[in-house]
Amino acid sequence: MTMFSARNWREYPHRYRLEASKFKKSGKTYFPKRIVDPETGDTEQETVKLPDTGKIVTYTVIRVAPSQWGDQSPYALAIAELTDGTRLMAQLTDCNVNDVKIGMEVRIEFRRIQTEGHQGVLSYGYKFVPKWY
Amino acid sequence: MREVCIVGVGFSKWGEVWRKSIRDLHTDAALAAIKNAGVDHIDSMYIGCMSGGLFVGQEHLASMLTDYLGMRGIPATRVEAACASGGLAVRQAFIEIASGISDIVMASGVEKMTDCSGNDATFALATAADQEYEVFNGATFPGLYAMMAHAHMAKYGTTRAMLSAVSVKNHHNGSMNPVAQYPFKITAEQVEKSVMIADPLHILDCSPITDGSAAAILTTVDIAKKLGKPYVKIIGSGVGTDTIALAQREDLTTIKASTIASQRAFKMADKTIDDVDFAEVHDCFTIAEIMVAESIGKYEPGKAGEAILAGETSLEGKFPMNTSGGLKSKGHPVGATGVAQVAEVYKQLTGQAENGRQIRSNPKIGMTQNMGGSGGSSVVHIMEVA
Repeated sequence: MTMFSARNWREYPHRYRLEASKFKKSGKTYFPKRIVDPETGDTEQETVKLPDTGKIVTYTVIRVAPSQWGDQSPYALAIAELTDGTRLMAQLTDCNVNDVKIGMEVRIEFRRIQTEGHQGVLSYGYKFVPKWY
Repeated sequence: MREVCIVGVGFSKWGEVWRKSIRDLHTDAALAAIKNAGVDHIDSMYIGCMSGGLFVGQEHLASMLTDYLGMRGIPATRVEAACASGGLAVRQAFIEIASGISDIVMASGVEKMTDCSGNDATFALATAADQEYEVFNGATFPGLYAMMAHAHMAKYGTTRAMLSAVSVKNHHNGSMNPVAQYPFKITAEQVEKSVMIADPLHILDCSPITDGSAAAILTTVDIAKKLGKPYVKIIGSGVGTDTIALAQREDLTTIKASTIASQRAFKMADKTIDDVDFAEVHDCFTIAEIMVAESIGKYEPGKAGEAILAGETSLEGKFPMNTSGGLKSKGHPVGATGVAQVAEVYKQLTGQAENGRQIRSNPKIGMTQNMGGSGGSSVVHIMEVA
């Protein structure tokens, strides 16, 4: 499918700067940013930057991958809970896929993610790496 | 609200059906259902289809499929909730009869999945997940359910053997279903030796890519009686939604949308899960059947795996699940699945399940649970013998 670069560019605040919404009433943080707090209906918010460390809450190893990642499989994909309680999904890299475990401490790094769509837009974003790395 | 019943169902051929287009698959199932019900017309129809656009480049199915069915002019609506599209079509038809707007409505579902490459099919299916925050980062559907499986295993000690038991049971049941894409039995050892797709899920933990269609005719009790065909009542219908992205779920080990949908359906039916004799559930992956059996309240969290392994949900067990063979063995033409589940419950309740897969304990109430994506939406129906 043809992806216009605006679609990628629009997500830069999240993918490049880890920007999230912190709502006034509930004090809860959501990533990516959203207009309405799903719990309170509140729209008053400030933009905050997510912490860049957390723990793996679950993971898998993708062994049959979509074509963009064919040359990278197997790769680990995980959900991490960051130190502020926010959760996000990303690839876990710079480690052996067989060493990935729930509870593992990770850090977020800025990485190239994929060449997206038929136009081949180079897309960057975040990946997890082991915290000690 | 008027009482609503199902008075006939029909299927197309399911599998890799190279000779049939999306319009022919749908017409085959619809004609079979109309004949089965003995109706001479339908007032309107709802078509469940996840992605005609991505699988075959065809939208505007309401126009095309009424025309090819020989029903030009009738109102038709295509409904979409990813893999729950079929269940949602049944619900819309239910609402239209219950409201009094129409007297005879067809709910159908169709998906033609083998006209594109495996990679394009994977892309189309992945649109049921969060494109920008899951798929962008390399998530696949087996990958999402694999993450739920790891979380469930870590929290409750769910084992590899429990996952395999789901697949073995469903293939056993599917071996007796003439519609099934893979109508053969398999062993736990075969599941565990099959190729790994996304740890811990092997290919024999995953439902296949399928071409197929299913249809059901819904009407009022008065008309059903006049037709003189076996019918069952739909006594409860519920829909629930949750976050599209897995990372944002409150709990990775349960399907909250299914809990919400089943509670709503039970409330409408004035029944509880203890009144239900059997269920068709959305086993898109083996872990899904375990999580759904818990989410609909049949088993305590963490207890369904053991029960399935012990045979409680087999055809002869206390609570048969997926007597049709489920998505695993019967196949999963995404938009058709929810309608096919309702059709299986209809067959079981009217004693028409083929080839020895009829539940022998004379079931009175059955339920269906259909879900979209990794559990972002779910549709539940409760049906009772007339």
